[in-house]
Amino acid sequence: MKVLVPVKRVIDYNVKPRVKADQTGVDLANVKMSMNPFDEIAVEEAVRLKEKGVATEIVAVSVGPTQAQETLRTALAMGADRAILVQANDQDLEPLAVAKVLKAIVAEESPEVVLLGKQAIDGDNNAVGQMLAALLEWPQATFASKIEIAGGAAKVTREVDGGLQTIEATLPAVITVDLRLNEPRYASLPNIMKAKKKPLDVKELASVGADVASRLKVLKVTEPAKRGGGIKVETAQDLVMKLKNEAGVL
Amino acid sequence: MAVLVIADHDNAALKDNTHKAVTAAQKISGDIDVLVAGQGAQAAADAAGKIEGVRKVLLAESAELDQGLAEAFEALVVPLMANYDAVLIPSTSLGKNIAPRIAAKLDVAQISDAVEVVDANTFVRPIYAGNALETVQSSDAKKVITVRPTAFKAAAEGGSASVETIAAPAAPAKVKFVEQQIVQSERPELGAAKIVVSGGRAMGSAEEFQRVIEPLADKLGAAVGASRAAVDAGYAPNDYQVGQTGKVVAPDLYIAVGISGAIQHLAGMKDSKVIVAINKDGDAPIFQIADYGLVADYKTAVPELMSALDGSAK
Repeated sequence: MKVLVPVKRVIDYNVKPRVKADQTGVDLANVKMSMNPFDEIAVEEAVRLKEKGVATEIVAVSVGPTQAQETLRTALAMGADRAILVQANDQDLEPLAVAKVLKAIVAEESPEVVLLGKQAIDGDNNAVGQMLAALLEWPQATFASKIEIAGGAAKVTREVDGGLQTIEATLPAVITVDLRLNEPRYASLPNIMKAKKKPLDVKELASVGADVASRLKVLKVTEPAKRGGGIKVETAQDLVMKLKNEAGVL
Repeated sequence: MAVLVIADHDNAALKDNTHKAVTAAQKISGDIDVLVAGQGAQAAADAAGKIEGVRKVLLAESAELDQGLAEAFEALVVPLMANYDAVLIPSTSLGKNIAPRIAAKLDVAQISDAVEVVDANTFVRPIYAGNALETVQSSDAKKVITVRPTAFKAAAEGGSASVETIAAPAAPAKVKFVEQQIVQSERPELGAAKIVVSGGRAMGSAEEFQRVIEPLADKLGAAVGASRAAVDAGYAPNDYQVGQTGKVVAPDLYIAVGISGAIQHLAGMKDSKVIVAINKDGDAPIFQIADYGLVADYKTAVPELMSALDGSAK
């Protein structure tokens, strides 16, 4: 069984993003970038499926700038077999466009499972996986915290408001992963060296033939309102008094 | 122009998130219909009819809709959209699951987690864990919008819309429901609570979390939340998690106990009206956004707080 794992290069989750003064976006110049944390979990799960003998090949794919090759090399070092970069340098693609590009890659690669992160920590959209499933007319299993694949179906436990839900989807299927699914491994130095020799195929966005037109125009990006400076209180007694009398919330 | 609001409900009762989505919908159009999809949901549909400003309630019932299967919602909602210019869905785990699937089928972009409706085409939404707000203008003929409930006031009661039962399309064959484990709780729901008490990694164990955080929450009639660190360490269940990847809350009072205040956590609670931080590290980032900070070990501060609350109640 072949597994396709889309990964995204995003701002490192530890970095506090800064909004540009001209309100055109977030300043990403000279900022540390990494693989989206949810995508690391998706890669890890694919590798574990291969280690269990369920998956036979893992293809990592990224849609993004030339530098996204580094993100793909990370996936290869974690255990992916080969990688595809769909190079889109000038454009920040919307989730629908990414889903359409991925649909074209799925048509070429014919994976039985597409494993994605539930959301990217930059756009916070939480949409690509569901959109891809819709375009392919495949079943979807989102926010997975447990995945069992057997007999042509994926049994997936999902994190839902208030608890957990288990569903069974016939393959091929799209699965998006949640935080609790697994603990991603660190790539070891020998594996990082080996990853440099694994195949990484670069395609131009135009060659994929997907409609990637923007539907949303970003008018501005602003900083959220700052909270007024708070005070420190000395005792729990003071705290209760202030909450009652000053803030009026008790 | 007409808009469809997909209700958040548990069949027996309508959830406040629906009222909040109706408020957001009012900024787009005055013609608002509410879709109640579930099973045995007549009571929820009747309640939806009572929301002020609702024109009509559509009730669709099937097991697959009740189970929240995205494929069933796609089959139901996509044909309905011939009559609507926009669909608004509260960004719960159900809304996040179904909305992008509907958007892709309609070949339109999704506006995720809108916190403000500027006009029928323009929306504000948080990006980068709430560290920036993006104002976007949609060029799509139809809009699919998930609405962050905490950003909108609930629409008032007082309507008298009729309920029309519509057929639920055939069940999707490729996916089936197996089971559900819902955590039962006597406490208010995290997303809707007026007061939230959250614990972090400093608790050190699940027992300590229950010993310290839960009695304080019960004393205040509050919901219990947790940081991702506390959830990952197994001190609290997943659905307690407040943050970018958990729930977004905006209560009147948020009390963070032993939480350092990582970006990820702040994204889920920084719109709370009053924030209280109790942490022994005076330099913890949580103090930068807290209205009231108490630099103390929770082991002593929480019992003192409990007795101060007792004292003030008398």
